[in-house]
Amino acid sequence: MASTEADVFDRLGRGLRSLGAWIDDRFPMTKLIKEHATEYYASKNFNFWYGFGVIATVVLVMQLVTGIFLTMNYKPSSDDAFASVEYIMRDVEWGWLIRYLHSTGASAFFIVVYLHMFRGLLYGSYKKPRELVWIIGMFIYLCLMAEAFFGYLLPWGNMSYWGAQVIVSLFGAIPVIGNGLSEWIRGDFYISDITLNRFFAFHVIAVPLALIGLVVVHIMALHEVGSNNPDGIEIKEHKGKDGKPIDGVAFHPYHTSKDLVIVIVFLILFSAVVFFAPDMGGYFLEHANFEPANPLQTPPHIAPVWYFTPFYAMLRAVPDKLLGVVFMGSAVLLPFFLPWLDRCRVKSIRYRGWMYKVSLMVFAVTFLTLGYLGLQQPTPPVVVLCRIFTILYFAFFFLMPFYSRAEKTKPVPARVTP
Amino acid sequence: MRAVSGALVALLLSAGLGGAALAQEEAELESAQNNVADTASLQRGAKYFVNYCLGCHSAKYVRYNRLAKDLQLTEQQLVDNLMFTGERPFDTMAIGARPEDQARWFGRQPPDLSLIARSRGPDYIYTFLRSFYADPKKPTGANNVVLPGTAMPHVLWELQGVQTAKFKEGSGEFEGFELARAGALQPEEYDEVVRDIVNFLDYIGEPIQRERVALGIRVIGFLLVFWLIAYLLKKEIWKDVH
Repeated sequence: MASTEADVFDRLGRGLRSLGAWIDDRFPMTKLIKEHATEYYASKNFNFWYGFGVIATVVLVMQLVTGIFLTMNYKPSSDDAFASVEYIMRDVEWGWLIRYLHSTGASAFFIVVYLHMFRGLLYGSYKKPRELVWIIGMFIYLCLMAEAFFGYLLPWGNMSYWGAQVIVSLFGAIPVIGNGLSEWIRGDFYISDITLNRFFAFHVIAVPLALIGLVVVHIMALHEVGSNNPDGIEIKEHKGKDGKPIDGVAFHPYHTSKDLVIVIVFLILFSAVVFFAPDMGGYFLEHANFEPANPLQTPPHIAPVWYFTPFYAMLRAVPDKLLGVVFMGSAVLLPFFLPWLDRCRVKSIRYRGWMYKVSLMVFAVTFLTLGYLGLQQPTPPVVVLCRIFTILYFAFFFLMPFYSRAEKTKPVPARVTP
Repeated sequence: MRAVSGALVALLLSAGLGGAALAQEEAELESAQNNVADTASLQRGAKYFVNYCLGCHSAKYVRYNRLAKDLQLTEQQLVDNLMFTGERPFDTMAIGARPEDQARWFGRQPPDLSLIARSRGPDYIYTFLRSFYADPKKPTGANNVVLPGTAMPHVLWELQGVQTAKFKEGSGEFEGFELARAGALQPEEYDEVVRDIVNFLDYIGEPIQRERVALGIRVIGFLLVFWLIAYLLKKEIWKDVH
């Protein structure tokens, strides 16, 4: 018996190998697997900050899959949208879970991406030769903001409605073309069925398509230059006799097995929100959004969802409408220029001077505080605080060329530290 | 168009006024202390809801047979106790009154209550239903501390009785209620009735909430086991990396 069994496996193995060879003659399958997995070397000393890239990918896939299933039951019309979401929540088998995964996924995406970007700031991942990786990543972030904004209108709740109304009207601040532009975006004089339909088109087709393309390009650019590490050292500079980086381990199976552990930790935290607090006390699903859109009645307090509030706080900090929009826009765009604003040659915060360490910590606190302030009613003390922290936000970027050049750094080791 | 967007931006940039108005409206809310796991309370709540609320308020996303299943009622019990106007079990809790008529009768259309517990919160409804007071200036004879000027009459007055409200001279700040005429129930009994109604509204706001926590515990339990296996796998694979 045993010999025939071995024989079967032997033949099966030979068959698979010849199928692989057949494909490889026509498509670079083995080549791609080697380049991006089994022979892609990344530093062995990654800490947990290096897990957010793979987590973001997992969240992206989850949003795409749950999005497909939501689309099967959602109706993009102002008459039916709100009711169809409740239909999904109550009558569609497992619809509630799909919807909560998607709505929690939106917030999770931003948490993960903000932490992923902060990792870049900690270890100088935007610096030469990874400038393009960073810039493509910033485009992904812009797409994500657009995706979240369009998607937020779809439940057609009252906060969806007024949030969209306020944001679209911001385009009205642009001189001359402003009002025409916001009309063009809405396709109507106010947020209407027409607006809902086009936002739906953007949310389910246009932006996801761009997002997937950019993510592929982001990973390709990263694999071309190689991943950074917590020491900010180029591991390619120290290769062994076999031509492989001494401090690197293959992405598969080493980093894939490590990433699996990290992804499960994320899924545990994520599930805790989905199952135990899906509206997260009104931050992930806002209370006012459980009332259908009502063009005649604003919610008592309009605030965007938490992931936009740092920028919303800056908008409110400026007394002039146009200037406020300019401040908000430049706050979003400034990180694009980080690779050139930062003049320090040392990448990792481990070996940088106290000035960058202090600046980065102040910046992190500033961003979180602005996020908090953006959720509050704009009472005079809140507005004053918004102004102070807006100045701090911009100071981080505009002072960087000066302090980063003069910074006193520590010696960088040649090899990665454990 | 310019005026509309101007108004919007005014709203956006200086919502301070709105904030002040909101602060004035906000009454102290009392904790409803309801428990959606309490099926008996939900059954009582469903009965009160059908008898007292469903005449004017719909719950148009709630299906009767789903209600029966979740509240552990047989179809016969459902038909005998909760369905009085010829609906079929798979129908939703809609009402016959036309919105235009309702708007004429009350001054505004009574809101659908399917999601009221999610938009306002159980504490709001609990406090609201206990805060009606006699106000001869109102066409319904009743006003409410939580929602001043409410168009809703005090539907539960026979149970609660009629209370009057005391306001501070000058500032108009609310000081407390006084029971002017006793109702069919003692105050504590009335609070229990209100709690059952709130509990029912909380449940219909999100019917799955009674099951999702239990499912979540199982999902996280699975993930913890999966994590341990993945961790051991990682350790095995990484053992030769130094």
